[in-house]
Amino acid sequence: MLELMNVNKAYAEGRKVLTGLSYKLEAGEYVAIMGESGVGKSTLLNLIAGLDTPDSGEIMINGVAISSLDDDAATQLRREQFGFIFQAFHVLPHLTVAQNVALPLLLNGVATERVAQMLRDVGLHDRGHHFPRQLSGGELQRVAIARALVHWPKLVLADEPTGNLDPDTAHEILQLMRTEIKANGATGILVTHSHAAAATADRVLNLTKDGLHPAKPGERV
Amino acid sequence: MNTAMLSRWLLFGEWRAHLVQVTVALIAIAIGVAMAFSIHLINTAAFNEFSAASKSLSGQSDLQVRGRKTFFDEALYPVLARHDGVAVANPVLEFDVAIPGKQQNRNDHKLKIIGIDMFRAMRISPDLLGLVEEGKTLDRLADDAIFLSPAAMEWLQVEQGDSLQLNAGLQAVTLRVAGGLVRARAGQRIAVMDIGSAQWRFQQLGVLSRIELKLRDGVNHAAFKAKLAEELGEAYWVTEAVDQEKRIANMSRAYRINLNMLALVALFTGTFLVFSTQALSVIRRRQQFALLRVLGFTRQQLLRQIMTEGGILGVSGSLLGLALGYAVALLAIQLLGGDLGTNFFPGVKPGIHFDPWDAGIFFAVGLSVTMLGSIIPALEAARAKPALALRSGSEDTAMAKLSPPWFALICLSVAALFTQLPPVFELPIFGYLAIVLLLIGGIALMPRLTAGFFSIVLAKWQRHRSGAVSTLALARLANAPNQAAIALGGILASFSLMVAMAIMVTSFRISIDNWLGRVLPADLYVRAAASGDLQTDAQKAIAGLPGFDRVDFFRTQQLTLDVNRPEITLFARPVDKADARNTLPLTDDMIASEALPENVMPIWVSEAMVDLYGYRVGEKVTLPIGVKSSEFLVAGVWRDYGRQFGAIQMQLADYQALTGDLGVNTVALWLQPGANLDAVTAGLRQLPFGAALEISRSSDMRALSLEIFDRSFAVTYLLELVAVVIGLLGVAASFSAQTLARVKEFGMLRHIGVMRRQILVMLAAEGGLLTALGMVLGFLLGWSISLILVFIVNPQSFHWTMQLHLPWNWLGMIALIMLIAAALTALLAGRRAVSGEVIRAVREDW
Repeated sequence: MLELMNVNKAYAEGRKVLTGLSYKLEAGEYVAIMGESGVGKSTLLNLIAGLDTPDSGEIMINGVAISSLDDDAATQLRREQFGFIFQAFHVLPHLTVAQNVALPLLLNGVATERVAQMLRDVGLHDRGHHFPRQLSGGELQRVAIARALVHWPKLVLADEPTGNLDPDTAHEILQLMRTEIKANGATGILVTHSHAAAATADRVLNLTKDGLHPAKPGERV
Repeated sequence: MNTAMLSRWLLFGEWRAHLVQVTVALIAIAIGVAMAFSIHLINTAAFNEFSAASKSLSGQSDLQVRGRKTFFDEALYPVLARHDGVAVANPVLEFDVAIPGKQQNRNDHKLKIIGIDMFRAMRISPDLLGLVEEGKTLDRLADDAIFLSPAAMEWLQVEQGDSLQLNAGLQAVTLRVAGGLVRARAGQRIAVMDIGSAQWRFQQLGVLSRIELKLRDGVNHAAFKAKLAEELGEAYWVTEAVDQEKRIANMSRAYRINLNMLALVALFTGTFLVFSTQALSVIRRRQQFALLRVLGFTRQQLLRQIMTEGGILGVSGSLLGLALGYAVALLAIQLLGGDLGTNFFPGVKPGIHFDPWDAGIFFAVGLSVTMLGSIIPALEAARAKPALALRSGSEDTAMAKLSPPWFALICLSVAALFTQLPPVFELPIFGYLAIVLLLIGGIALMPRLTAGFFSIVLAKWQRHRSGAVSTLALARLANAPNQAAIALGGILASFSLMVAMAIMVTSFRISIDNWLGRVLPADLYVRAAASGDLQTDAQKAIAGLPGFDRVDFFRTQQLTLDVNRPEITLFARPVDKADARNTLPLTDDMIASEALPENVMPIWVSEAMVDLYGYRVGEKVTLPIGVKSSEFLVAGVWRDYGRQFGAIQMQLADYQALTGDLGVNTVALWLQPGANLDAVTAGLRQLPFGAALEISRSSDMRALSLEIFDRSFAVTYLLELVAVVIGLLGVAASFSAQTLARVKEFGMLRHIGVMRRQILVMLAAEGGLLTALGMVLGFLLGWSISLILVFIVNPQSFHWTMQLHLPWNWLGMIALIMLIAAALTALLAGRRAVSGEVIRAVREDW
């Protein structure tokens, strides 16, 4: 599904952030990536999403080198095959909950019937006509999960999705995320600092200067 | 916490980060202040110079005696000279003469000649004395000598010793330029002669224009004036210098105030821009401000912080505006003259003077409107609950407080009420206030209208089609109407004002064109030179020429009915007795000819006479025509765009019967079918007095009148353009600020697969749809304002009415240009939305 091949990336000022990174992720896997601040977790997600390009190396999504795609093609790929869940939710304040969830479907030009199903799945079936300002943080992240999965993406990228939530709500959201990713047959990458959050993934990876390594049982990052 | 330092950091940080928005707001304030200040400077300079030039002609007299008609019998002079209390009486004869060769410019072909008694003038108006060559003192009394001001010499291209040919009635007069004047103002074109010579040479024997009086020491001026007025009776006016000033000020007051109002409109549009810039800047930083509040910033500190920003913008913009306004005024005076091409202040070459007090007032106005534009968003930010404001998505709800619908409805209702109120001091104050309230109310109602309209469009759109970009654009417009309305404010203000001005100017122009057709029905018009008349033999000679179907003779003269007002014009002419409408452009307010009582002399008065002198149809009025004043019946009201201070038409036969004056000064000639215009013109020229005639084709007069009209309104077109530029700057500033505020939204959209061009299409659609709605609403608002301009401001200012005409093609073209300009502006302002920054904006969370 996703293959990182000797990926190198340095910041504009020359500081190297990812060096010789290689990894292969199979379809349907749900992995958590942990690592120190500044080690390049966000940069890695941007590279995978085609929002940034590696200095060298290749990132393959289902056999397609993402760096070979121009901006439109990369956007098209994201639109069809990716789902995003952000720490700050990023739902559009002037769209209703249902409209926010429907966005990827509209972008892909497909029917929006699935919105109701997704809202039911994330427990917001009675909030579709509400505006984001009328929702709690947990509810907003549920909207984001529904939006990330409504169009059957192949790959879901989640960055600290529970960073803004209380522990109980965070636990609820993480369980929901896992359930929904699995139910939709998607591959998931969860970037987090939280061990509890990471524990909901199939596997936990540590991102270090040396690359991506499976975390050993009981290892604290 | 060193709050001053924090305040500085916040201030400079904001300006560094958003230099373009701050610069645009600064420019808008500067342009608004500059326009208002420059027009004030030009008007003041021209008016002061015109007033000073007029006063310089009357010297240091205590009182002046004038006739109700332009000239009066000189027999009054010895009476006044011997009157108790009078130290010196100075007789003056003042008239205009036509300059041969300069007649192609009908507005600028006359030279003012002042006939004075050199010995008396020495004590009252010494500036008017001629400068003679050494040893030629008697030139001042010579019957062929004329003394010219420097401006007159330059205009006529003559020097001391040269001959100068002038037209006097039907004869040419040749005079010798004997020298200059002791003192004349820059640009003042006058000539001075000995009064006896002037009377003789220019066929004005036995008449005077005024007698200037210097009273003996200790004489009470007011008491003497009242006593003399009583002695002289109603045929004369006794005036003081202050009356003269009032009269001069009255002449151009409406023009000056209307122009100032237009300039303030530009400033008003700038206020909306400042408001939108500040409001959007506050919306964008709502979370920052909430954070500051959480960290310990008090409400007052926050309020002060935002007001300081507005204040610094206001101070800098206003100072820049004053400098710019001064420069514009200097340039405009150089290029267009003191009256900006309208001929309101003829023969005046004013200089711009910087008055610190005036500058202070305009600075204060600029600063006040900026602070006004800042206070509402500042109050909102200070009152916002930090916990709520920290959450994104509350921005639009916050701005909803800025435009409660009741406020808009109150403004609109009061505006409607104000349209029904009469003028104040003969000025349409309530009319202008109604326009301002209409604009404020209209703009305040925008959020509701925007939300309502786009909600309907969105619902209908989604029923038939479902595109992401269209949904995004429409949903934003429908659900974030307050931010949309802020962006719309500037464009709405400028477009509606432009629509209003365009409708008013078009209505005026078409009305004038129609009116010219009515008042210039003949093919040719012939006038005697400025100071002369056509006596009966000349009239017979003209009427006897071949090629004419009909010949009408007119007698025009000036009458003073109120000492504080400019003179009115009396037209004596043959008026169709069967139906006066065949001769005059009458309004519906008239008595039908068959209903006119016998043995009354009918007059038809212009609309200005109704407004200024209270004349009513059916009323009997007394006018100083003839030896004694006579009674006339007001038989109708006619539309007159030529004389805003009043005019009266009467039958020529009545005039001649009352005065015994058989001379005329205008002849209207209708050609026989098939007659050649050039041939009949040549026939007129071949008459013995033909060379002294001013012959004009009505088509030329009509074209010239419209040319003057267009030149007069050139400055209003300029002001409209400025308002539009400010409006577009507003769109640029609003969209740019909104793009900044929405950077995370664009970032998220880019993440989930919205392409760059789709974001650009979305922004262009938002800009275009918003502007299109602005155009429609702006048209409705502008049309309402034009009704106020056409039916309230114009009649109350200039005392004429007109019919409403809408320039559809022009409005359509302007709307299209504005629409494209606004969409492009939105696109340009939104180009940041597709830059890499938006992706980083979302990545901040990663």
